[in-house]
Amino acid sequence: MTSPLLQVRDLKVHFQVRAGGIFFGTYLPLKAVDGLSFDLSAGETLGIVGESGCGKSTLGRAILQLLPATSGTVAWLGKDLTALDRAELKAHRRHMQIVFQDPLASLDPRMTAGDIIAEPLRNFETGLSSAAIKAKVREMMEQVGLLPSMVNRYPHEFSGGQCQRIGIARAMILKPKLVVCDEPVSALDVSIRAQVINLLMDFQRALNISMLFISHDLSVVRHISRRVMVLYLGRVMELADRDAIYGKPRHPYTQALILAVPIPDPDKERAKPRVLVAGDLPSPLDPPSGCVFRTRCPRATEICARAVPVLESAGVGHEVACHHWRD
Amino acid sequence: MNGINPSAPAAAAEIAAELSGRSLWQDAWRRLLANRAAVAGMIILSAIALASVIGPFLLPWSYDAIDWEHIEALPPEFATGHYLGTDSLGRDLLARTLFGGRISLMVGLLATTAALLIGVTVGAVAGFVGGRTDQLLMRFVDLMYSVPLTFFVIILMVVFGRNFALMFLAIGAVEWLTMARIVRGQTLTLRNKEFIEAARASGGSTANIIVRHILPNVLGVVMIYVTLTIPQVILLESFLSFLGLGIQEPMTSWGMLINDGAAELEINPRTLIIPAAFMTTTLFCLNFLGDGLRDALDPKDR
Repeated sequence: MTSPLLQVRDLKVHFQVRAGGIFFGTYLPLKAVDGLSFDLSAGETLGIVGESGCGKSTLGRAILQLLPATSGTVAWLGKDLTALDRAELKAHRRHMQIVFQDPLASLDPRMTAGDIIAEPLRNFETGLSSAAIKAKVREMMEQVGLLPSMVNRYPHEFSGGQCQRIGIARAMILKPKLVVCDEPVSALDVSIRAQVINLLMDFQRALNISMLFISHDLSVVRHISRRVMVLYLGRVMELADRDAIYGKPRHPYTQALILAVPIPDPDKERAKPRVLVAGDLPSPLDPPSGCVFRTRCPRATEICARAVPVLESAGVGHEVACHHWRD
Repeated sequence: MNGINPSAPAAAAEIAAELSGRSLWQDAWRRLLANRAAVAGMIILSAIALASVIGPFLLPWSYDAIDWEHIEALPPEFATGHYLGTDSLGRDLLARTLFGGRISLMVGLLATTAALLIGVTVGAVAGFVGGRTDQLLMRFVDLMYSVPLTFFVIILMVVFGRNFALMFLAIGAVEWLTMARIVRGQTLTLRNKEFIEAARASGGSTANIIVRHILPNVLGVVMIYVTLTIPQVILLESFLSFLGLGIQEPMTSWGMLINDGAAELEINPRTLIIPAAFMTTTLFCLNFLGDGLRDALDPKDR
C-alpha cells in the first residue's frame, strides 16, 4: 500500500454543552467524535456511514480544520494540521475542499454562480488576471455540466442539482487532493443523485482525489466507496473494504444497517430476515458505559457494559469493535 | 435568411452570450417599484431634497437677509419675492425653510452615515468573531446606551465648544448603537450558514469573509434601518435645536424654524405651519420608503 495521504489518529472533537443553572451551569462534554483513527491514501474513497448525530459531519469538518479538534492528530502528508498556525493552514487549505449537503445554503445568495466558483481562485491564485479566472470558471462550468452562459445567474435561479454542481465546481477548481463530501446527494432528487455521484467519481478519477464520502444512504456509499467506516455515537464500529462490509458484516450494528437497506424486489424484500435495532440513539451527553452500542444491541452481554471494545482485526483490512464479533 | 425563422440565429447568439441573471437586489428593486406609497415617497423626497439643495440659490432673498420694509409680510407677495411671506424679523420664510431643509437633511444623512459605518463595522465584527471580542464590544454598546443623550451632548458642548460638526458626532454616536445590535444579530444567524463555512474552506480570511459574504447579506436589513434612522436623526436634531444645543442663529434648520414658529403661533401661524409641513412630509416619505424597502427585501417573501 502506498503511504497514506491523510492519517487521522485518535481524533476527538468534544463540544462543551451547558447543563442547568442560569448563572453557574456546569458544562458537560458532548463527545461528537471520540477517538477515531484511520488512513486515507491517494485516490481512495472512504465511505462514512451512521445514523443522524453519530458525528459524521463533525468528523469531516474537524479533518478540514473547520472545527477545532479537542485532541488527536490529523496528519496531511505527515504534517499535523491541528498544530499549524493560520497562515500555514491556509496554504494547506487549497488541497482540501468540501462539498456540502444543502446545495442552496452552501452558496452565497448575493453572489453569481461565476463569482462563487471563482472564489477559491481569488483566494489562492492572486496572480491570475480576471480574464484568466473567467476562462477557468467557464471551463469548470462545462466540466460540471452547467452552461457557461449562466455565469451571471444567482443561486436562487438554479435547481437543487445545478446548485450542487456549482458547489462541486467550487470545490474542484483548485484541483484539490482531498475532498470531503458531506452528504452531497441527500438533499437531491433521486433522479439527479446518480448524475451528481458520477460527476464526483469522474473528478476523482481525473484528478486522483482522495474522498471522504459521508452519507447515510448505504446504496450510494456502496457505489462510490472502496472502504467503508461505520460510526456510532462518535466511535468506529467497523471499518472494512466495501465488499466485506456489505457481504460479511461482523458488527451487529453494521448487520442491522445493511439489512435495513430495501431490496428492489418485493419477494426478496419480504423474505429477508430482520434484525431490529430497538430504541433510539442514546444521548451523546450521557453515552452508555463500555460499548456505546450495547443498549440497543441484540447480542449484548454483561462484558459489554464493563469494557470498551477495541478495534480488532477480523481479516485483511477489516476491523471490528465488538466483544462478540466471532459469534 | 429565407425569412422563415429569423429569430433562430438570434436565439443561438443569446445562448452563447452570457445570460444576465436577476440578482436578489434587482428583484427587490422591482418589488419596491410596484409599491405605490414607496415610489411616491421617493419622488416627493427627491423633490424636497432638490429644492433644498438648489432652491436657496434661485430665490431672490437669502436665508439671513432682513427685509426691513416687509416684516411679517403675508403671502403670497410676488412683487417683493417673498413667496411665502416673511417672519417677524423680515426674513424670507421660503428661503429659510429651504435652507433649514438643507441643514436638516444634511444632519440626517451625515449622522446616519456615521452611524452606518460605525454600527455595521462593530456589529459585523462582534457577531462574526464572537467570543471575547463580542462581549467587549457589546458591553461597550450597553454602556453607551445608558448615557443620557442630553447629558452626553452638553458634555460634548462644554469640551469642544459649539460646533456644527459636533452635532453629527453626537447624533451619530447615539444612533450607531442600535445599528450595531441589529447587524450583530443578523451576523450571528449568517455565521453558521454553510456558505460561510464554504468560504472558509476555500481559504477566505476573517476580514475577507466579513466583507465579501456577511456585509452583502446584512445590507438589506441595514438599508431598511437607515431609512428609518434618517427621520429619527432629523427629529433628534430638532430636539437639540429646540433645547438650544444645536444650530445657532442665523443658521437654521427645520427643528429651529418650528421652534421659532411655535412661539409666534397666535400671531403668525404660517411660520410654524410651513416648516412643519416640509418636515412632516419628509418624515412621512422616509417612513413609507422604509416600509416599502422592508416589504421588498423581506426574505420571507422570496
